[in-house]
Amino acid sequence: MSVLVFVEIKNKLSKAAKEVITYGTNLGEVNVVTYGNASNEVLSEMGDYGAKNILVYRKINEPNDQVVSKLMLKAVDKLNAEFILLSQDQTGKSIGPRVAAKLEAGHVSGAISLPEVSDDFTVKTNVYSGKAIAYVCVHTDKKVISILPNSIQPVENKVDVSISEFEEDLGNGRIKTVDLKPLGDGIPLPEAELVVSAGRGLKGPENWGIVEDLANSLGATTACSRPVADIGWRPHHEHVGQTGVAIRPNLYIAAGISGAIQHLAGVNGSKVIVVINTDPEAPFFKAADYGVVGDAFEVLPKLTAAINNFKASQR
Amino acid sequence: MKILVCISKVPDTTSKINFVDNNTKFDENGVQYIVNPYDEWYALVRALELVEASGGTVTTITVGTSIDDPTIRKALAIGANDAVRIDADPADSFFVAKQISEYAKNENFDLVMTGKETINYNGAQIGGMVAELLDMPFVSLANKLDVDGARATLERDVQGGIEVVEVDFPFVLSASKGMAEQRIPNMRGIMAARTKPLNVIPPTEHNKLTSVVKFELPAPKIGCKYLDPENMDELVELLHNETKVI
Ligand SMILES: Cc1cc2nc3c(=O)[nH]c(=O)nc-3n(C[C@H](O)[C@H](O)[C@H](O)COP(=O)(O)OP(=O)(O)OC[C@H]3O[C@@H](n4cnc5c(N)ncnc54)[C@H](O)[C@@H]3O)c2cc1C
Repeated sequence: MSVLVFVEIKNKLSKAAKEVITYGTNLGEVNVVTYGNASNEVLSEMGDYGAKNILVYRKINEPNDQVVSKLMLKAVDKLNAEFILLSQDQTGKSIGPRVAAKLEAGHVSGAISLPEVSDDFTVKTNVYSGKAIAYVCVHTDKKVISILPNSIQPVENKVDVSISEFEEDLGNGRIKTVDLKPLGDGIPLPEAELVVSAGRGLKGPENWGIVEDLANSLGATTACSRPVADIGWRPHHEHVGQTGVAIRPNLYIAAGISGAIQHLAGVNGSKVIVVINTDPEAPFFKAADYGVVGDAFEVLPKLTAAINNFKASQR
Repeated sequence: MKILVCISKVPDTTSKINFVDNNTKFDENGVQYIVNPYDEWYALVRALELVEASGGTVTTITVGTSIDDPTIRKALAIGANDAVRIDADPADSFFVAKQISEYAKNENFDLVMTGKETINYNGAQIGGMVAELLDMPFVSLANKLDVDGARATLERDVQGGIEVVEVDFPFVLSASKGMAEQRIPNMRGIMAARTKPLNVIPPTEHNKLTSVVKFELPAPKIGCKYLDPENMDELVELLHNETKVI
């Protein structure tokens, strides 16, 4: 059965890319389609995770949704791919539905498990913003599956790779990118394994230093509750929850956040949750693995110091 | 400008999520429905702002049965001119996208808007599918939209940044946070909504490509272990040795 994985390479191979390739190796021999001018060294790294054939499209000027989905469709045709896999990241959300609609293929977006294949082909995905899980059965021969970041652990599985260049007429598409404003060098929230988040309990934007210190010593990404983003203490892209970014890191540390149902919806897929709150009755403690009843202004610096000691002892 | 906004109904964000019939159906008992926040707060409100600034109409479209009508009226109360409901159970994303594109293809909309996802299925599929079926560009996860004559400038969320893009009409977008601010309908809007046109149209036939066979609730947490705020070394130790996340 032919598996086609779409990977987008900015500078290096992302964790999301490794996850999707690993997912693919469970379904068959993995072919990858990508575009741009990544070095052969970066392309070959995909072989460490089990990708056998890499098709790379070099001459792309404007990798917009129309062009990239055309690229995928050409690759699907060429390989007669049955499984079409991509990451449910921002790119995946713009490309996956286009490709699925064109192929009239069933599309599971945000898969959190490998498929169960008996008589049917069923994949689990989060619904109700993480408050529940749905088993989605795909009825078509071709299947487009996008995998939620941080759901599958990348597995090293080195194979020989062959890299070939791919040329097709992809047209132009109409969207033109005129600028890209980076959000900083940190790991983007949806991909982050460690997240430090804070809420209204921090009292004002000037107090975020202690949150950032902890994040820096852990190598974590920062997040916040909705009111904190709404009143402009923190940027919108840090807002997690039902109406913000949904995340599932290994560790979520929440300081001064009450744990409203809408907040929990976006974070309760986290493997381990640590809650720091002055109020022992805060609802968040019900969803926590570890709780600290205390003042964030005292606890956060102490936790940062403890992390720093721990890191020093590991060296 | 002629704008189509896709509207869907979802359980209120405070709803307890439960399932019935052997975990195959959502338990609607006691559940209040609202307009999907991304559809309402961002897509619909920005559409209304554009039309208020330079003229045009805002039509909403919903694939659903008559139980969707109250949420459709809410969108009309906020200010949409008219509404279309395709009278069918919104079985799967492709089915819904196909209904919307079949309706839109003869109507010459300049802009088709959806929310970035619904808060019940979280699929984020409809916008991209409609764009493909209408052969239009798709600006996903747009958090800003400005219009200057025949050209739109948008900002959208991409991995690790915000991308500024330009595109000519017509196109499809999905709206994320930042595009507009929530509007509360006033009494006049609510009264006017009662008489605004809500056109019910029969669906076209399409196969279902996917179906949900079962739901499940996530495993509950086993309980919280409380730690002494003075002893953060212990927490670090547990994170390292017990749960192995650092
Ligand atoms: C439709 C809808 C959608 C929503 N979507 C989201 C969403 O996506 N994400 C989201 O986060 N919210 C969302 N909300 C809002 C949500 O209901 C809560 O209002 C919000 O999460 C509360 O934010 P908070 O915990 O930061 O603030 P609060 O509820 O004010 O809690 C502050 C907490 O800080 C604690 N505290 C105070 N001082 C200290 C201190 N010194 N040290 C430690 N702790 C302290 C307090 O005990 C309290 O528990 C939504 C609401 C609605 C209606």
